[in-house]
Amino acid sequence: MMLSCKEVTHLVSHGLDRRLGWFARLQLRLHLAICDGCTNFSKQMHFLRKALSRLAEHSPKP
Amino acid sequence: MNDFRSRVEGERAYLLRYASLQLRDPHAAEDAVQETLLAALAGEASFAGRSNLRTWLTGILKHKIIDAIRRLSRESTTMDLEDLDALFAEDGHWVDPPAAWSDPDASLEQKRFFAALEACLERLPQKIAQAFMMREHLGFETAEICKELAITPTHCWVLLYRARMALRECLEKDWFGKK
Repeated sequence: MMLSCKEVTHLVSHGLDRRLGWFARLQLRLHLAICDGCTNFSKQMHFLRKALSRLAEHSPKP
Repeated sequence: MNDFRSRVEGERAYLLRYASLQLRDPHAAEDAVQETLLAALAGEASFAGRSNLRTWLTGILKHKIIDAIRRLSRESTTMDLEDLDALFAEDGHWVDPPAAWSDPDASLEQKRFFAALEACLERLPQKIAQAFMMREHLGFETAEICKELAITPTHCWVLLYRARMALRECLEKDWFGKK
């Protein structure tokens, strides 16, 4: 069964915190292949992680 | 004993820098480091046998930082996360599907972007911000976050999800939408 976009956003977030099972990854991939909105969303979530990892470099020096 | 004390004291500058990066409140950072040094001196016995003093001290400091984050109260400009559900129609489709952000990596080179990001982070509700910062900034695993915040794993996933959704909205509105 196809996942809804809302379910996909939950899976994408989960995927940043633990390894998804193969079936979830397959469902995710199938959905992203046909959905631009969720593809953009997924990229933005990974970007968010990258931005946070670099936040410390940009903080005011003590 | 005195040797241990001076080695611990020698790490103060490093610890202060570490704490300042995480907390951005100089007083809170200073307090966290002070508490760490005191805890370290009181706990010399538990250091015995470990090889790296700095790693051990940083481990203590991380917990002091979390305590400090807990204590720092948030301002009243907290985002209302009730409208996250409004992002989706009843069938689970996007009401307004996310558009691509233009050249996000270029933003990572801009100081102003990080200022916008921090402003967004500050507007997250406290518990959500705690969970998110522990995960993304301090690099904790979700199991550790659940334990620290005394919440169930499911609640933990939900907090992280809400943090990410809210930050995405905030950045889109305050940064990517304005470029």
